[in-house]
Amino acid sequence: MTLAATQTILPNRPRLTGRISDFLWKHPHVLLAVLLGPPILWLGIIYLGSLFALLLQSFFSIDDFSGLINYEFTLATYKQLLSDANFDIIVRTVLMAATVTLFSALIAFPIAYYAARYARGKWKAVFYLGVMLPLWSSYLVKIYAWKLILAKEGILTWAFTKLNLLWLLDGWLSLPVIGGNSLSVSYTGTFLVFVYVWMPFMILPIQAALERVPANLIEASSDLGGTPQQTFRHVLFPLALPGIVAGSIFTFSLTLGDYIIPQIVGSSRLFIGQAVYAQQGTAGNIPLAAAFTVVPIVIMGLYLWMAKRMGAFDAL
Amino acid sequence: MTAAVLFENVSRHFGTVKAVDAVDLEIAAGEFFAMLGPSGSGKTTCLRLMAGFEQPTGGHIEIFGETAEGVPPYRRSVNTVFQDYALFPHLSILDNVAYGLMVKGIGRQERHRAAEDALAMVKLPGYGQRRPGQLSGGQRQRVALARALVNKPKVLLLDEPLGALDLKLREQMQEELKSLQKSLGITFVFVTHDQGEALSMADRIAVFNDGKIQQLGTPEDIYQRPQTRFVADFVGSSNILSSAICARLGVPAAAASLRPEAIAIGTSWAEQLTLPGTVTARSFLGAVNRVSVDCDGEKIIVASPAAMPVPDIGAQVQLAFSRNDLHLMEAA
Repeated sequence: MTLAATQTILPNRPRLTGRISDFLWKHPHVLLAVLLGPPILWLGIIYLGSLFALLLQSFFSIDDFSGLINYEFTLATYKQLLSDANFDIIVRTVLMAATVTLFSALIAFPIAYYAARYARGKWKAVFYLGVMLPLWSSYLVKIYAWKLILAKEGILTWAFTKLNLLWLLDGWLSLPVIGGNSLSVSYTGTFLVFVYVWMPFMILPIQAALERVPANLIEASSDLGGTPQQTFRHVLFPLALPGIVAGSIFTFSLTLGDYIIPQIVGSSRLFIGQAVYAQQGTAGNIPLAAAFTVVPIVIMGLYLWMAKRMGAFDAL
Repeated sequence: MTAAVLFENVSRHFGTVKAVDAVDLEIAAGEFFAMLGPSGSGKTTCLRLMAGFEQPTGGHIEIFGETAEGVPPYRRSVNTVFQDYALFPHLSILDNVAYGLMVKGIGRQERHRAAEDALAMVKLPGYGQRRPGQLSGGQRQRVALARALVNKPKVLLLDEPLGALDLKLREQMQEELKSLQKSLGITFVFVTHDQGEALSMADRIAVFNDGKIQQLGTPEDIYQRPQTRFVADFVGSSNILSSAICARLGVPAAAASLRPEAIAIGTSWAEQLTLPGTVTARSFLGAVNRVSVDCDGEKIIVASPAAMPVPDIGAQVQLAFSRNDLHLMEAA
């Protein structure tokens, strides 16, 4: 009996590392704290803390004469944010982000659907490569490349001319608001580049969501009398919705915050990102820059809240 | 009378794989029909051909006299209970059951009432507001059944419907399915690899192997009079006696099948055939003892009632059985 006991239960390990490992095995919550502590501190203090510090700035104001920040709580900056000129920037950016998101989803869905349902083996690799490859190259290079493509002397104008469709391009450019001298200085151009640059962020979440939809749910819908259109509306779309929402969070928020694309390809009218850049840089108005930064955060919060209310996450 | 389902020389080939190979089949209206076979035998592909998820590469299919090939699943009056139920995770139980009626454009109130009735029929009244994820496997099985039956299909297809349930629940569902089929009068076609399930529930059974029907008949036929070695082996693991043993017994044949429970150890009457042998193994299975006996190098399994004495390993015994229990087979 005693012999068996001494044989089966080993004595405590003498080395320090052994004792530590025994201690952590007996106290798994300590191990969890050791593992999670540093990243949580990083996330809490450096990541969220800096953001919070920035947001705090939006409740200060700037002294118009001296250009110095007045560290007293005030809503004056927000009043300034909602002035006509600044509010225009917000509306313009939100409209652009919404349009970019909508079209990204429309283009991404069939691609993601093909990848999730039909692509196998080699074609799956081709899909991932095709979607990811643009992400591996420099963001600035891509945007300048697009500026060249969209310029008046660019390949697009050339192609339209060769196809005798220049009238179509000119007709589009003569439209108010979305038109302009050439595509590279119009909202249409900005829109095209946004859609191009953010597309992978829409395709991948939708593809992941569709991949998780069991094929037999599609068969079940069909079996119960659902036409392909009804199956899409009542089964496929609701189940893909979390993926579409996830993708739209990327395209929407990235468009809301971007300041480089509208600066290189587009008209001189500002977007939120450019306003933040200008206010904190040349203008030195940190409070107003901070207030502009709050706008995308609030809009995204509202968007997610609405998506949740509409049941976008029910299938998760 | 028109057949519920008619297969004429139906094949479904995937490249070089002949999943279903020149199958002829006629299922009568109101019949409880089982398709039995090991995995990869073509039984599920046959079911999918009936449902319309697969199209035949050759042959002709009719469902109640109407040509079925080229008709998509959503325009067939058959419904399927899927193996893993395939309930819609984003819909409530009630909306799951009402789905078929919803896509047909039936109003909310009416379809929900019909769905409630269907849920009551499968003994899940009042479960409508829950989600599929909140139900147990057995309950989901019933919901899948209600969701198919609420459409009043002409043929109900069941793909291994009880495969994921535990033994107790499976036996209970077997009885319920059987009585449901009797009371509704709908043709049931179900696929299973469990021979006990097929024998206890079906009016007729088709035993599949390698894309072909090996034997088609009543459960008694299939069990008592297997026509091929495969059927004898797959349905209830019969002993297959070689031609040498058959000759010794005075019944010349290429091979013969003999049920383990048709053999008695030791006792024999005048009309019975006997074989001497040595006991090599025995195990207690509850109702019976399973005894392995070596007869001239051929292993014969005996299912001996537990009430009977069991010979020790190594004992010399006489196996006795009636000539009527020996079923001769044309070829090995």
